[in-house]
Amino acid sequence: MSKNIKNDLFSYEIGSDGVALFTIDQKNNPTNLFSIEFINEFIEIANDAIKDENVKGVIITSGQKMFMPGADLRELKKAGGDPVEQFNGMMKMHTAFRQIETGGKPFVAAINGTAMGGGLELCLVCHHRIVLNNHRIKLGFPEVKVGLLPGGAGTVKAPYLLGIQNGLMYLMQGIEARPEKALKDGLVNDIAENQEEMIAKAKAWIEANPNPVQPWDNKKHKIPGGGLMSPNGAQTMMGAIGNLRKMTHGNYPAANAILSVVHDSLSMPMDRAVEVEARYFTKVIATKEAKNMIRTGFMGMQNAKKGKARPKDEPKYEVKKLGILGAGMMGAGIAYVSAKAGMEAVLKDVTQEGADKGKDYSRVLLEKAMKRGRSTPEKAEALLSKIHPTDDPSAVEGSDLIIEAVFENPELKAKVTKQTEAVLAADKVYGSNTSTIPITQLALASERPENFIGIHFFSPVDKMPLVEIIKGEKTGPKAIAAAVDYTVAIGKIPIVVNDSRGFFTSRCFGTFVSEGMFLLEEGVPAAMIENVAKTKGMPVGPLAVQDEVSLTLGMHVYESDPSTDKHPSQTRSYEMAKKMVKEHGRGGKKAGAGFYDYPEGGKKKLWSELGKIFKSNVDTLDKETVAKRIMHRQALESFRCLDEGVLTSVVDGDIGSVLGWGFPIYTGGAISYIDFVGVKEFVAECDEFEKKYGSRWTVPTSLRALADSGKMVHDFGKG
Amino acid sequence: MEAYIYDAVRTVRGKGNKKGSLFGFTPTYLVTQILKDLKAKHDFDPELIEDIILGCVTQVMDQGANIAKTAAQQSGYGDHLCGVTLNRFCGSGLEAINQAGAYVKSGFSDIIIAGGVESMSRVKMGSDGGALMMDPAVALPGHAIPQGISADLIAAKYGFDRNDVDAFALESQVKAAAAEAEKRFKSRIPIRDVNGITVLDTDENIRPQTTLDGLNGLNPSFEMMGKMGGFDAVALDRYPEIEEIPHIHHAGNSSAIVDGAAIALIGNNEAGKKLGIKPRAKIKAASVYGTDPTMMLVGPAPASRKALKQAGMTFDDIDLYEVNEAFAVVPMRFMQDSGVQQDKVNVNGGAIALGHPLGATGCMLMGTLIDELERQDKSTGLVTLCIGGGMGIATVIERV
Repeated sequence: MSKNIKNDLFSYEIGSDGVALFTIDQKNNPTNLFSIEFINEFIEIANDAIKDENVKGVIITSGQKMFMPGADLRELKKAGGDPVEQFNGMMKMHTAFRQIETGGKPFVAAINGTAMGGGLELCLVCHHRIVLNNHRIKLGFPEVKVGLLPGGAGTVKAPYLLGIQNGLMYLMQGIEARPEKALKDGLVNDIAENQEEMIAKAKAWIEANPNPVQPWDNKKHKIPGGGLMSPNGAQTMMGAIGNLRKMTHGNYPAANAILSVVHDSLSMPMDRAVEVEARYFTKVIATKEAKNMIRTGFMGMQNAKKGKARPKDEPKYEVKKLGILGAGMMGAGIAYVSAKAGMEAVLKDVTQEGADKGKDYSRVLLEKAMKRGRSTPEKAEALLSKIHPTDDPSAVEGSDLIIEAVFENPELKAKVTKQTEAVLAADKVYGSNTSTIPITQLALASERPENFIGIHFFSPVDKMPLVEIIKGEKTGPKAIAAAVDYTVAIGKIPIVVNDSRGFFTSRCFGTFVSEGMFLLEEGVPAAMIENVAKTKGMPVGPLAVQDEVSLTLGMHVYESDPSTDKHPSQTRSYEMAKKMVKEHGRGGKKAGAGFYDYPEGGKKKLWSELGKIFKSNVDTLDKETVAKRIMHRQALESFRCLDEGVLTSVVDGDIGSVLGWGFPIYTGGAISYIDFVGVKEFVAECDEFEKKYGSRWTVPTSLRALADSGKMVHDFGKG
Repeated sequence: MEAYIYDAVRTVRGKGNKKGSLFGFTPTYLVTQILKDLKAKHDFDPELIEDIILGCVTQVMDQGANIAKTAAQQSGYGDHLCGVTLNRFCGSGLEAINQAGAYVKSGFSDIIIAGGVESMSRVKMGSDGGALMMDPAVALPGHAIPQGISADLIAAKYGFDRNDVDAFALESQVKAAAAEAEKRFKSRIPIRDVNGITVLDTDENIRPQTTLDGLNGLNPSFEMMGKMGGFDAVALDRYPEIEEIPHIHHAGNSSAIVDGAAIALIGNNEAGKKLGIKPRAKIKAASVYGTDPTMMLVGPAPASRKALKQAGMTFDDIDLYEVNEAFAVVPMRFMQDSGVQQDKVNVNGGAIALGHPLGATGCMLMGTLIDELERQDKSTGLVTLCIGGGMGIATVIERV
């Protein structure tokens, strides 16, 4: 006791004033993490401090840039196998935390960096929280985003500090508060301008509060806005239940559990309330949904963001100057995100006017950002000065990378390829932002097909995080490295796929839309198709999506596809689109009329004639079958992409589906979905569909083999 | 053994808010007065009454701690008299009659008083909390929605529009006003204060001046809740074939919130001799039927079908129906489902005009039905109510 400690997790120093400084500084982790090992050490030190007569109080702060941005998900990924062990472990931690809270010695969190999840819960064990007034610092409970609930008493404590309504917002939406908001909301007690002031304030508080009591242990403490049984609290809980289903359709067990924990435990003493939280946490961490969200949403995306897909031996490919061909919506968006990442972006269009208009796109985005306080005139000007609109093809000379974003017309694309390669250095890479045309075909126009690659952005480019990188037959490793490194540099998430018409995302996304159209054609009411898709977690119904894409464009893509071996289902979609456009004059949203009506200034509404035209009847199919056809179809096509080698890993397909077209993350993604359903069940249901609906449901032999051997799609390719 | 209804009386209904005439009278007071009045009317020996079964929905505060036993104690019938309070939501008053009927038919009891009470001005609807809407573990998987939204959902599902429900609501007012003018509510009892001064002697909520235009002008009551509370989306999750829920119910075409109490005297054949009263009707059959908790108010037709089957009857065999007008769409859906014509249903108006004192209504409808069967000299009748959580209740009677 009374001795100073310094190790690779933290340092602990007792000052001459009797205030101990506990500085978290985890040397062997990328950042400070809430891990079992660390927490055990912390508990031991805290207990020592409580017993130590020479210590008046403890300040907890960080020796790194971040205070503690969360839990060690590597640990959590493995957790939950044995519920008894999991629950007992949680309770051991809770008991220790409660001993610190009620030990009669003040603990103050001096939050000098981002504290999220477990990091924030550590701060909530402290009796007083001071945060540094630095806009980079974030506080919040992000657990729900990885399919979990705060398990370090955050779920039960948040409503005491924030009120039920605001507490539920923090817990269920995972909102991140900057210091000022955290102070205003009551998540922290005080704010300091610098580290010295913060430590001074912490010491003063310790002096003034030798025997502190936590709000949840204080009978006089009032929950802001009233407790659960207050009229306000009851209304809030009812509304929260309704809105939870509205937002998630009940698909996320963690969100459901958060509501239950707050409901079940809020009127209980904290010692028992944490038990409720621990039981739900134990349940949730073992769910498929949590594992899927950690694997795909966290691990998978983090690895992809780091450029896991790049060939290891290739040197880093740096893009200082980028040439963008075509200043339409895609080109303009690519210019914005690239300039934002500090690149010089030459934005080339047929006319100067067109190119200037492309640059204006960035101007509009920046004005919006400034209005929201997310940018400043200086930053905006700096960004705009990096975008160089031009109509001169030779202006892209000296570019490290070209991204072509002209119309989806192979001849036009061939023309600009030749024109551009004439001025592009021979060792530089040329990317095409096509969404459907095979790269191998486009590369035929290239002198250097090994440097030719597909870089497929999604619209709107500034919002959509995914970039699908497509290897043509002759694409070389340097081009892959260039595309991946560029994608990572602009802060987006790359997946690398092999060539195929529509690649991965457009091809599989198309099955979502087409199955929706088939269901309509077969007599399922349009509203049922749209609503069931949303119930399963698709962000928008397939008919609404087809309207957005435009039925006319759908026809155009089919007509311009020269391949002679089109699947009957493609032809069927085409015929249906043609019927809508030619017979009924309904081309989609842009045309003002598609599957929906688009009344001026009003909400879109399903076209009232659909029921008559397609003889809709609510009894055509039950909603479970409708749901399976919509979801299974996307998953089956995604698996085919894996089977055919268009995808080279399950996780690429999962990430691509989640980020590319909004496939729901609770399933893990469009391929993990098969495991989520169960491979055997999935195959059996597809077999049944094949009998009824034809060959678009034929199960690949490799998938059947997995089902027969009791394996999961996650075992695909693993012997 | 048969079960007979020897009498069925009710209080007048007062507006269930701070302006209502009965606001100052506790629910125990209301029940106690009609218990005393019933005894005075027939001058029977109170020792013969074994038990009081009362329906009451919001059993807290004035209505907590077993109000049936409380009223029994106050009634002066004697310490022998027991009391039990039950809750089958809006079906409680009829459930009390059915349970009393079952006790009598089984031979467990000879004579029971059954009925219900609700002072909605004094004990706010929903103030008893409960898990059904409040506990996420229950409400989320149950697709729980407030009843008004359920009513709007039924309209969307079965094709009733705003004009339909408003026209029905107007009918209810017109019929109730006519019934009042002709003094058809024979079994109704005015409420007197502690001095014996009459406080209210008519049903306070009837609005004879109601017009269709006036009803058309009212704002929907459940739109805000449906949108802000997320409940429209909850309903569509369960009924995805519906694109959007048109909110068509409002204060003018939904049951009025009122105070009131009702009791019925139920006994076997021997009871009449002991009491010195002739029976007014026989309980032929009774049933409950469960539906899903989202579209929770469509139970009356299937519950009635089940009860009729039990009685060996069909919808055509019934002369008059009382179908509780919780919302206009409820009796409308009942008629659509059963094929029963409107001239047999709620001929003296219903809860839209008269009000729906939750726990009491089932017993009140029984009294109204027997009065009307006697007035028209008809024989068979059926009372049915929709019930929260997805239930329906029905009782078939026959005059004797």
